[in-house]
Amino acid sequence: MTVRIVDRRQDSRNKSSINRSRFIRRFKGQIRKAVADAITKRGIRDLENGEKIGIPGKDISEPQFHHGKGGVRESVHPGNDRFQQGDQMDRPPAGGQGQGSGQASPDGEGIDDFVFTLTRDEFLDIFFDELALPNLIKRQLARIDEYKRVRAGYTQSGVPTNINLVRTMRGAAGRRVAIGGPYAARLRGLLAELEQVLDEMPVDEAEVERLQREIACLRARAEAIPFIDPFDLRYSNRIRIPEPSTQAVMFCLMDVSGSMDEAKKQMAKRFFMLLYLFLNRNYEHIEVVFIRHHTAAEEVDEDGFFHSRETGGTIVSSALKLMQQIITERYASSTWNIYGAQASDGDNWNDDSPLCREILAESILPMVQYFAYIEITDGEAQNLWQEYEQLAVTHAGVFALQRIGAASDIYPVFRELFRKRLA
Amino acid sequence: MTKKRSRLIAEGSDWTLESIAQYDTEIGRLARQFGLDCYRHQLEVITAEQMMDAYAAIGMPVYYHHWSFGKHFLETENRYKRGQMGLAYEIVINSDPCIAYLMEENTLTMQALVIAHAAYGHNSFFKGNHMFKQWTSADAIVDYLVFARNYIAECEERHGLDAVEQLIDACHALSNLGVDRYKRSPPLSLEKEKSRQREREAYLQAQVNDLWRTLPRHDAPFAEAEERRFPEEPEENLLYFVEKNAPLLEPWQREIVRIMRKIGQYFYPQRQTQVMNEGWACFWHYTLLNTLYDEGRVNDGFMLEFLQSHTNVVYQPPYSSKWYSGINPYALGFAMWQDIRRICERPDDEDREWFPDIAGSNWRETFEFAMRNFKDESFIAQYLSPRLMREFRLFSVLDDDSQAKLKVDAIHNEQGYRALRRNLAEQYNLGSSDPNIQVWNVDLRGDRSLTLRHFAHQRRPLSSASLVVLEHLATLWGFTVRLEHQQANGEWALLAERKSDRRKQGGR
Repeated sequence: MTVRIVDRRQDSRNKSSINRSRFIRRFKGQIRKAVADAITKRGIRDLENGEKIGIPGKDISEPQFHHGKGGVRESVHPGNDRFQQGDQMDRPPAGGQGQGSGQASPDGEGIDDFVFTLTRDEFLDIFFDELALPNLIKRQLARIDEYKRVRAGYTQSGVPTNINLVRTMRGAAGRRVAIGGPYAARLRGLLAELEQVLDEMPVDEAEVERLQREIACLRARAEAIPFIDPFDLRYSNRIRIPEPSTQAVMFCLMDVSGSMDEAKKQMAKRFFMLLYLFLNRNYEHIEVVFIRHHTAAEEVDEDGFFHSRETGGTIVSSALKLMQQIITERYASSTWNIYGAQASDGDNWNDDSPLCREILAESILPMVQYFAYIEITDGEAQNLWQEYEQLAVTHAGVFALQRIGAASDIYPVFRELFRKRLA
Repeated sequence: MTKKRSRLIAEGSDWTLESIAQYDTEIGRLARQFGLDCYRHQLEVITAEQMMDAYAAIGMPVYYHHWSFGKHFLETENRYKRGQMGLAYEIVINSDPCIAYLMEENTLTMQALVIAHAAYGHNSFFKGNHMFKQWTSADAIVDYLVFARNYIAECEERHGLDAVEQLIDACHALSNLGVDRYKRSPPLSLEKEKSRQREREAYLQAQVNDLWRTLPRHDAPFAEAEERRFPEEPEENLLYFVEKNAPLLEPWQREIVRIMRKIGQYFYPQRQTQVMNEGWACFWHYTLLNTLYDEGRVNDGFMLEFLQSHTNVVYQPPYSSKWYSGINPYALGFAMWQDIRRICERPDDEDREWFPDIAGSNWRETFEFAMRNFKDESFIAQYLSPRLMREFRLFSVLDDDSQAKLKVDAIHNEQGYRALRRNLAEQYNLGSSDPNIQVWNVDLRGDRSLTLRHFAHQRRPLSSASLVVLEHLATLWGFTVRLEHQQANGEWALLAERKSDRRKQGGR
């Protein structure tokens, strides 16, 4: 009787994926909060990874009727090294002595955060959810880069359809020559000898027969060399390389004057992230330039961009000028696709706003693919908004603006952009 | 290839399906020589990922879906990936045929160990032990799980994920008090379940409707019911009571409660025979593989690898170790079975005094008897020997919250043996480790509220999570649920109350 052995390794792997998604669905609230926290900590370029997140353990405990602390308990432990019957001792500090069964914290108290890792897809899903992206866009943004298959020489293994006949036959011919060469040489020698023997009179019959036998034998050997051998097979090799695409630069402009508080900056961060994500889908190489400004503008790194706070007035044109300058110095627009994203709470020096419109209309917008502006405010529209509104009319398709109260308002800014590129 | 030259079954650490089959044949031959009675079995090779999947579904090949399994999966995955834990070498399913999983990553030696441990050790225990015989139907369980999963999936489709999830949450919360302890459940099979399910739905609903009917019955004398409680006898199986009597549950909800109850019941014996069962399996893998070695069928390398895993599994850290988390059931169980064999084969005077009826007896017969007729609690009470208590250096600690200090009331000496053994056995008594909560009364004529009573054991209070559980019970019951407990003066007082009235929320 032999046992039945079933190889299940090829069966579906993710039996638990339903349970996993149920779990995420059930605790969406907590997970979303954890994701929001994670986004604050992440760089805006860092959207390609999963995220380790923690949610409070007590939220997800599965309660049952259990005994709590107190009452009379008797517990047996191994490894006595000092106790005698009747010894007394202090209670060990709370949680020390497991009550025999080793069950972790039966009353659900004192459980640490439940930490687990969201996959990239799950992470993006929750990120998009908050931004209220349409499904089509979600799918396309979350898609992994496309690759192109290109020829890359030949290999010795592969699938039959990829056999390269020319290479294979060339190899086979070479091999036949190499292996058959010595036989051919000897054969030629024997043939010459045979001719010589036949020419001589009288013909030595025995010698002729010997030679003829040897020749037949050599011919048989030469013929036994396989015409084609598995060794000769060559397959066309194809490898995947990423679709070649051009490069882009993304300018992030943000007002860091006193009125931009932490919440507004986080909103702006999502706005920049979304643009980055979009660019990342479309360009192989992306550079990001961070420009922050109050009355004067400066180029900073990402950390300085999101985590510093200045006070004082606001002159938006300073940032636009700096952007223009950096473009001309470093990103000649023929080789770079330029995108601009500006976030502000709408404050600006009154006289400065017309200047901003002028700079944008005359020098920046002609050079960029897209420029998006968001105003994070609940208040009345101010003069910068009014100036920019004119641009939206004259430069439709290149310039977009939006007033934002919640993260879900961000997407419409990019609607044009996504429609053009992705749909 | 090497068979002619050596008697080794197979060599090297890489396994093939053939070498696994050869080991299985050899181990099976020895198991029959020892007289082990097993179900047929089936070995399934799976990957580590699949092992984690299996973990999440409590090892069952099919299981219904629920977020809590996702949580367990994430937990396992996380710890496994960080290297904090290895996966169990084996999972074995109490079914007929018995299914044992072999993990792809294991070496050939480990596969042999798992075969001996699971496919012969656990398997024979499942088939022989009275708890499993009485409470589980090995031939029907997989069918029943298929039925359960499909039925629940269908309900999710018809009534929405949230409704089903809430219901299952509530059942899980009550699951440890949702088992019958004394009655025998009838065998389940897919065919019967299906055909009877509709019938049962209708019947149950009729019963419930009758119970809650508002029109007064003509033949019922008016005052008669006043003093009578319902149920007349307290009911300790909360899920059973809910299934049969909850006024507002719909038929599909009753069926799901029933499914949860049945599955809980299936696992109940496993909770009660951990020490025996694991010890039994360890004893047999140890004995079978050593016999193979004695016969010259495996080499020294095999034995070294096997012994290393084996000793890891049966290691018992002392109470003062930072690895200590209670008594290791593998260690205690293995030591006890080894010890019983020793008592049978080489008894000393102490054994003859403590175990007059088994000292010097045929060890296989003694084993069979012990394996069939006990559960952890009674097994320890019956067979834990003084020698073993000394070897484990057991001591018993009394924690009385009315005393300022803990007291060591028994250690491994002449005065302590019996108390120690009694205390350890009590530790494995589910009856006292699970709180004793019973359905006491339903206010049939009034607000339909349900009253539970907690019968405290050794003055142990309920944990704070009980309030949440009560909430779950209230959603099942649909009306107010109360929990009472006994005070020091013997009177019953209200401990907690959860108000719920589904009718008002316009649910139906």
